[in-house]
Amino acid sequence: MSELDSLKNRALDQLGACSDESTLRNWNSQYFGKNGEMLAALKKVSELPPESRKEYGQQANIVKEQLSASYETALKNCLEQAMLKSLETEKLDISLPGMVPPAGKLHLATQTLRDIQSTFAEMGFQVFRSREIEDDEFNFGLLNMPPHHPARDMWDTFHTTDPGLILRTHTSPGQIHVMRKFHPAPIRVILPGMCYRYEAITTRSEIMFHQVEGLVVGTNVSMTDLIGTITAFTRKMFGDSRQVRIRSSYFPFTEPSIEVDMDCIVCGGKGCPLCKKTGWLEIMGAGMVHPEVMKNGGYDPAKYSGFAFGMGPERIAMLRHAIEDIREFWGNDLRFLSQF
Amino acid sequence: MKVPIRWLKDYVDFDLPLEALVNRLALAGLEVSGIKHWGVPAPEGLRLGTEDPYPVWDKDKIIIGLVTKVDKHPDADRLKLPTVEYGLGRSITMVTGAPNLAVGDTGQKIILALSGSVLFDGHATPKVLKELKPGKIRGITSDGMVCSGFELGISEDHDGIIILEDDATVGMPLVDYFGDSIIEIDILPNKARCLSMIGVAREVAAMTGGKLKPLEHKPHTFGPSITGKVNVVIQDTSACHRYTASLIENIKVAPSPAFLKRRLHQAGMRPINNIVDITNYVMLEQGQPLHAFDYDVLCSRAKGKTPEIVIRFATKGEKIKTLDGLDRELSAETLVIADSLGPIAIAGLMGGAETEVTESTSRVMLESANFDFLAIRKAMKSMALPSEAATRFSKGIHPDQVIGGANRALQLMQEFAQGVPAEGRIDCYPSPKPLQVIDFSLTEAKRILGIAIPIEECTKLLTSLEFKVEKVSNEMLRVTAPTHRLDIQVGVADLLEDIARLYGYDKFPETSLSEQLPPVLIDPELDFERKIKDTLVHLGLQETIAYSLTSPEAESAFLESSKPAYVTLLNPISSERTVMRQSLMASIVSLAQANLKHTECVKLFEVGKVYQKVSGQALPAEPYKLAIAICGPRNKPFWVEDSSGKNNLNFYDLKGIVEGLASGVHLEKVSFKPGNHPALHPGKSAALLIRDKVAGMFGVLHPKLASTLGLDNHEIIAAEFDLLTLASGLPVRYLSKPVSRFPAALRDIAVVVDQSITGQTVTAEIQAAGGNVLKVARLFDIYQGDRVPAGTKSLAFALSYQADDRTLNDKEVDKLHKKIEDRLKHVLKAQIRGKEV
Ligand SMILES: [Zn+2]
Repeated sequence: MSELDSLKNRALDQLGACSDESTLRNWNSQYFGKNGEMLAALKKVSELPPESRKEYGQQANIVKEQLSASYETALKNCLEQAMLKSLETEKLDISLPGMVPPAGKLHLATQTLRDIQSTFAEMGFQVFRSREIEDDEFNFGLLNMPPHHPARDMWDTFHTTDPGLILRTHTSPGQIHVMRKFHPAPIRVILPGMCYRYEAITTRSEIMFHQVEGLVVGTNVSMTDLIGTITAFTRKMFGDSRQVRIRSSYFPFTEPSIEVDMDCIVCGGKGCPLCKKTGWLEIMGAGMVHPEVMKNGGYDPAKYSGFAFGMGPERIAMLRHAIEDIREFWGNDLRFLSQF
Repeated sequence: MKVPIRWLKDYVDFDLPLEALVNRLALAGLEVSGIKHWGVPAPEGLRLGTEDPYPVWDKDKIIIGLVTKVDKHPDADRLKLPTVEYGLGRSITMVTGAPNLAVGDTGQKIILALSGSVLFDGHATPKVLKELKPGKIRGITSDGMVCSGFELGISEDHDGIIILEDDATVGMPLVDYFGDSIIEIDILPNKARCLSMIGVAREVAAMTGGKLKPLEHKPHTFGPSITGKVNVVIQDTSACHRYTASLIENIKVAPSPAFLKRRLHQAGMRPINNIVDITNYVMLEQGQPLHAFDYDVLCSRAKGKTPEIVIRFATKGEKIKTLDGLDRELSAETLVIADSLGPIAIAGLMGGAETEVTESTSRVMLESANFDFLAIRKAMKSMALPSEAATRFSKGIHPDQVIGGANRALQLMQEFAQGVPAEGRIDCYPSPKPLQVIDFSLTEAKRILGIAIPIEECTKLLTSLEFKVEKVSNEMLRVTAPTHRLDIQVGVADLLEDIARLYGYDKFPETSLSEQLPPVLIDPELDFERKIKDTLVHLGLQETIAYSLTSPEAESAFLESSKPAYVTLLNPISSERTVMRQSLMASIVSLAQANLKHTECVKLFEVGKVYQKVSGQALPAEPYKLAIAICGPRNKPFWVEDSSGKNNLNFYDLKGIVEGLASGVHLEKVSFKPGNHPALHPGKSAALLIRDKVAGMFGVLHPKLASTLGLDNHEIIAAEFDLLTLASGLPVRYLSKPVSRFPAALRDIAVVVDQSITGQTVTAEIQAAGGNVLKVARLFDIYQGDRVPAGTKSLAFALSYQADDRTLNDKEVDKLHKKIEDRLKHVLKAQIRGKEV
């Protein structure tokens, strides 16, 4: 057996005995490293007599190719084995909690306001904002409630030490502001904002709350338009199978006045604790703008008509998310706010 | 308004199950807010709020009985053994402890409950239903019980059993005798007419098509005329529109008949005596308050002259002792009923004690009057006397109502107090209210309602509410309002409401708006606010909304002493909420503090208003502010990390948020300078400037304030900015930069400079020397300590060189880097670290 053959056999035997990547790599440097045996065997060609050099060279190259191919195969097999093994052993406990990237949220009231605004925006309503500290005249008088009008009892009012200056009890003063600003142009706005009532703070009532009021004025605006508009809103907001029920009601600044109910989102009308067994949930008050209010806004009620509606975003959020305590809203507990 | 259904049926025939009635009332604007059952089962489909359990009176077991004898209990003095007959020859003896049944009694009609009845347990509070079981009490078998109102579920009265009046039929199931449902209706201000049984009956008739029963009750016989027996003078006709006085003689004051007491009780009023009860009964029936004066007291006060009743405002300081026994001093705004000696009643509110009807009264002057709602409203509020009568007057009553009310009361007094009414009445009605006549155009109706309701239908609906309707043309009706309607004003709006609700809103189609769209409304502040909120949320902050009501004490540390005047509440709900806030920072710090009790890391913001009085202006300013507060570890402890070395949020985190916000909304000309805010650490706070104007301050809460607030363990970093000033940094448009397609060369530089030199200065010098090709100079380390000379600090920057048009070679980069080093050495006397000479 030639020297090359024995080198080859020895190398292949040793290769076969390699059990892991590191022994394979050692084998590789033993034979193919800088001072490796294979390179040394190749170099030997120069020591041979010239006539045997060619044959030896060819033989040596064949051995080198064989060894190197065997090594590559062995290494590949070894890596594959190692991978398979690691796949079996590297098991995460996927039940452990994930790392939630710290995120901020909008306040639930803002989210709800935005939902309402975008729903109305699609129907062509724009947003008009006005002040929170109003004079009595705008909050009551111009809305068809002269001083001592019995309807004033419907709102418990925060008065300030400046006579006549009050915290607005509803967004309705905005109706007068927007009408006076835009008359005689048509109006289609919602008036969102904070309102205040002099009340005890309980799970169901707050001294401060948002309201979203809507106002449409023009020469071609009617009760059926009002019903159509609020029905469309209700279905967009709460689902397109919602039933809407209109009840007669009273507000001094609208006539006729209505109250809008929708079938209960929990029981669908059968009766449950949320709807207090009635099957209906009250969602807003509305009506045709009272002729006196139209006049006070600068529109001739003989030519123009309008409708108005008002709703409470906090109440809507409470219905949507089964919130039982309205005090959560301004409590601003992160454990509450972060849920939305 | 509490309406017992049986009572209601005295005035209107209708055949509608209770649940349907409740529903129809609600749709017509008379919402039923509660219901109380007297022994009748609640109907299946009745959808009203949760009701407490109550006894349902079994027809076979709860029966009217007649006491035939009452024997002594052999062993117990307190107990008695009544024998009760209950029809069909049946009779039962049982044991009772009722105090109003005595040994030897006979002939009382009582309510008998046989074993198996379910009633309230008379000995249990809170109330529990209990089945009556046959049993022995002190050795005597007792298979039944005589009932009290408490056990039956109709009163809180435990003490005695109910003794029925003579007309009760022995053997009749109790539920047939007075089983009932009492609905409670919320009366809206425009339906004040429904503060009466008749008012509700009219609505029920109109909506069911049921017939109203005629109500023309008046006395049949009269005594001598009233003429010359009393005079009436209305001094202030704007406060008293009408005053009538009737006289009824020979009355016997006694307790009212049981049915009357029962009805008052059902309606929520306390029976007193037949005369007072009748005035209340008529008020509940017709809505017209009445008052009975003892006529003999009036005569004795008149000292032989004819009593003269004057309706006038009190003179300041005048006094009256009212029925409730209180001595009240009157103001000049209080309307009184007076005679020659002074006030005898506060008009519409409460009678005087002296002229009150007592057991010895035999002649009564009955007042049926109409007072102006405003006068009564003011008096009611200022004297805090919200009686049933005052409530009705304060909502407005039509002056025509006084006659029906007086007639009815006289008739009842004749019937139940054996009175003899004097012929005629004194009626002062200086300016009779004209009829309200309205021309109702169908075109107008269609314009407002959106649907055309035929003229016949309109006529029918209005007529059902007792409007007189006259057809003027095919599109015009002349409508006269009935004299019980005070709410019908000039114009068609009020009529439209009645037509619409009776026609039924469920028949209205839904239409889409066809009105043209209005001009576009532009509110840049609203858009900016939205962007600010979105950007801060993306930066990981939670939006909050705090009360805008606070107290000056709560925010004094956050405000300059030269702050504007507060908007102050006249009627605050608590001492913590007395003014409208001026500092958003104060409220957000307190929210942060509250949350730190349960949450380690808080990052909060609020965009909201502050309220400042402006001198010379009636209305205060309401500018929007942005406030931020952060506190706690920068990273949440997480199970895979080593959470031992906690890095707390600091000034630079808040500055990063401010920078992130500024770049997020593309603010221009943003700069910072050292801050000076009363609530912030003087050395750890900064002012944010937009176009060189201070937009607000941010920084670490002043340690003194933190300690006052009890925040020694937490370092809160807070901010407040003015939204409008921030918005002034918004560019009309912002420009983009092209992205270089050539590779960047990265080098670091560490410089040692004097401690007084700011990071901003060093960065600016680097940028100045680096020019266009220096794309990024990012500070990544600051060192102060042993390894640098005292009084100096080392700043390390990562620099990124990149040309827009070619790949930079090493030589070019070296040259630029050297240029930067030279400039820093030169201008800032800096040493370049690693290159110390
Ligand atoms: Zn429900």
